Amino acid sequence: MAKKKTPDSTPVVGLFVTCLVDLIRPSIGFAAVKLLQQAGCTVEVPGAQTCCGQPAYNSGDKANARALALDVISAFEAYDYVVAPSGSCAGMLKHHFPELLGDDSETAARAKSFAGKVYELTAFLTDVRAMTRIEARYDGAVTYHDSCAGLRELGIKAQPRALLKRVAGLKLVEMEDAEICCGFGGTFCIKYPDISNAIVEKKTANITASEAKCLLAGDLGCLMNMAGKLTREGKKIEVRHVAEVLAGMTDGPAIGERQS
Amino acid sequence: MKPASRAFKTNASQALTNEPLQRALGGFKTGFVARRASARANLPEFDRLCDEARAIKEHTLAHLDLYLEEYESKVTAAGGHVHWAANAGDARAAILKICRDAGAATVTKGKTMVGEEIAINEHLDAAGIEPVETDLGEYLIQIRKEPPSHIIAPAIHLTMDQVEADFRATHKHLPQDRVLDEPGLLVAEARAILREKFLAADVGITGANLLIAETGSSVIVTNEGNGDLTQCLPRVHIVIASIEKAVPTLEDANTILRVLARSATGQECSTYTTYTTGPKRPGDPDGPEEFHVVLLDNGRSEMLGGEFHDMLRCIRCGACMNHCPVYEAVGGHAYGWVYPGPMGAVLTPSLIGIEEAGHLPNASTFCGRCEAVCPMRIPLPKMMRHWREREYDQGNTPAGYKFGLKLWAFAARRPALYHALAGLAVPLLARFGKRRGRFAYLPLAAGWTRHRDLPAPQGKTFQQLWRAREKTP
Repeated sequence: MAKKKTPDSTPVVGLFVTCLVDLIRPSIGFAAVKLLQQAGCTVEVPGAQTCCGQPAYNSGDKANARALALDVISAFEAYDYVVAPSGSCAGMLKHHFPELLGDDSETAARAKSFAGKVYELTAFLTDVRAMTRIEARYDGAVTYHDSCAGLRELGIKAQPRALLKRVAGLKLVEMEDAEICCGFGGTFCIKYPDISNAIVEKKTANITASEAKCLLAGDLGCLMNMAGKLTREGKKIEVRHVAEVLAGMTDGPAIGERQS
Repeated sequence: MKPASRAFKTNASQALTNEPLQRALGGFKTGFVARRASARANLPEFDRLCDEARAIKEHTLAHLDLYLEEYESKVTAAGGHVHWAANAGDARAAILKICRDAGAATVTKGKTMVGEEIAINEHLDAAGIEPVETDLGEYLIQIRKEPPSHIIAPAIHLTMDQVEADFRATHKHLPQDRVLDEPGLLVAEARAILREKFLAADVGITGANLLIAETGSSVIVTNEGNGDLTQCLPRVHIVIASIEKAVPTLEDANTILRVLARSATGQECSTYTTYTTGPKRPGDPDGPEEFHVVLLDNGRSEMLGGEFHDMLRCIRCGACMNHCPVYEAVGGHAYGWVYPGPMGAVLTPSLIGIEEAGHLPNASTFCGRCEAVCPMRIPLPKMMRHWREREYDQGNTPAGYKFGLKLWAFAARRPALYHALAGLAVPLLARFGKRRGRFAYLPLAAGWTRHRDLPAPQGKTFQQLWRAREKTP
C-alpha cells in the first residue's frame, strides 16, 4: 500500500510501468525510477497493475475498459502522483478514465481527482519537479519523434527537448514531420498492416534523412514500430526511449538490437 | 452510389500500389497542409473565430426546427419553394419532378456532396435527363465515371497526365495534335466545352455551404465561378442542401465563412462567395425564373442529441482528411462511399449503417490530428470510438479478435495471474529472440511481422525484476 507523504514531504510517486515496458523493455521502467529519484521523489511500483485498458477501450469493449480503469485507480489513488513513461497511457489515465467513468457520480469524482495526479514522465520531471540537472552523457546526434497522444492529448513537445538539451554531448536534430503519426496506432497496425506500413515508411525516411544516429520518443509502442521498420529496412539507427538517455542507461542493446 | 466500404481493406491495399494515385497524393504537405497553416498564422484571431463558429452551430442545432422553419418562410416569401426530403429517395423524386415539369433535357450542376450522397446523377441519367458537372474536378470524375475522392477536391487522386489522356479520349471532336501539357490549357479546354453546356441547360443544381434563416439565402463558395453560371443561366435553379447547413443570421454565416476557406484551401476567402435568395425579381437583369430548395434529412435528425451530434457541426472544409495519415496513404476512393477521411469515418456509418461501413471508424490510428485541425472542434476520434463500441455491442467485431480481446482482458483484470503468465512467457520469448534481438516472423503476430521486425523482450518482466530487487536487502 502506498505511503502517505513522508515527513520531509518527499512526494511519493506511483510508477505506472505500462504493459509494454513491463513485458518488452523493463530498462525503461528502471530509467524512469532513476530519474524520479533524481528529481527527489520516492518511487513505488504497485503489483496490482497490468495495463491502462486501451486495447479494450479502443476496440469498443467499454465494460472491460471501465473495469480496468477502476482497477488502476484503486491501485494508484493513494499516491501523491502517478507517473507513466508513456504519453499514450498517461493520456488514457488522465483524459479517458474520467470520460469512461463519467456516468456514475461516485466513480466520476474518483476518476477526476485521480486524473489530477497523472503525468507523463518528461512532463512530470519538467513541469512539476522543475528538473534542470541531468547527469547523463550521450555523444552524438539524436532526433525526437512526438508520439501522438502525448503531443495532442497532453501537449508534450517542449519538455523532452528541454531535458535532452541538458544531456552532455547530445545534439538534438529535428526530423521533418516529427509530429506526424508513425502508423502504430495500437491494434491498428495489426488490423491494417499495409496502411500502417505505408505510414511508418514515411517516418523512417524522415528519420534517416535527419542523419541522427539515434531515434528517441516517449512511447514504447511507437518505438517498437519504428525500430522494427528500421531494422527490416537494414538501417543502422539506434532506437531508444527518451528516459533511457536521460537516465544515462544506454549501455545495453537498443530496441531490436542484438545483444553483443 | 453503391457503397464499397466493406472492401476497404482490399481497396486500401490496391491504392497503396497504385503508382499514379500515390504520385497524386504526394502533394498534400506542400499544398493544403502548408496553406492552411499559413492562413491560420496570418489571422491571430483564428482560434477564437473557430470557437465562435462552433458556438453558432451548436446554438443552431439546439433550435434547428425553428431556424429551418424561419428559413423556409423567408424562401417562400422571396418566391421560392422548399421541398422537405426525409431520405435520399424523397430528394431524388422531388428533383426529378422539378426537372420534368421544366421539360429539362440537360441539367448543369455545381459541386454538391449532398448530390453525391443521394446519387442524383444516376437518377437523372436513368430518366433520360443529362446531368453535366461544371466544377472542373467534378467534370473530370464524371467523364471517368468515378466518384469524388475528396470533399473539396474531388479529382485530387488524378495526375495531369491522366487528365490529358481523358480529355483526348472524351473530346474527340477537337484536333488530336493539340497541345495540352499544362494546367492552363486543360482548364481552357474544359471551359470552352462547359460554356456550351451552361447556355443549353434547362435546370441548374447547386449545393449550399450555408442556409441563412433570417434572409432565406443560401451561400455557395467556389473558386471557378461555375456555381454562379449554373444558378443564373438556366430557367430553373434547384438548391440541394442537408438540414444542418442552417445558421441564424448573415453575420453568423460570415463568421463561419472566415474559418471555412482558411481551413479548406488556406485562402482568406474563396474566389467566389455567392448569396442566393429566391428567383429573379422584377427588374433583376438575370437569374432563374423558378427557385427550389430541397432540404435533405437522410438520418441527420436522428443524430441530434446523440453520440454523433457533434458531427452535425461539420462545414465540409476537408481539413481532417488533408491532415490524416491514413487518407494521405490510401486516398479517398478506398473509403468506398461519398465521404472519405475522418469525417467520413464518422458520418458514413450514420448514413449507410455500421454493418456496411464498419472498417471506416476502425481504420484510424487515433493520432488526433483531425480533431486538432477541425475548425468546428469535432471530436472525431472519440466518435470513431463510439462506432467501435456499437460494433462491439452489436456483435460485429470479428470473432477471433473479440476472443483474443476477452482472453487478454480476463488476465489483465487479475494482476497475480497476469504477472505469473507474463513471468513465464516473456523470458521464454526473450530466449528465442536473444540472438538477433528481434523476430522477423512470429506466429500470431504475422500482421506485425509482415512489414517490420518485432523487437524481442529484454529478458524478465519489469515486475519480476522489481520484486527481486525489493527482496534483496
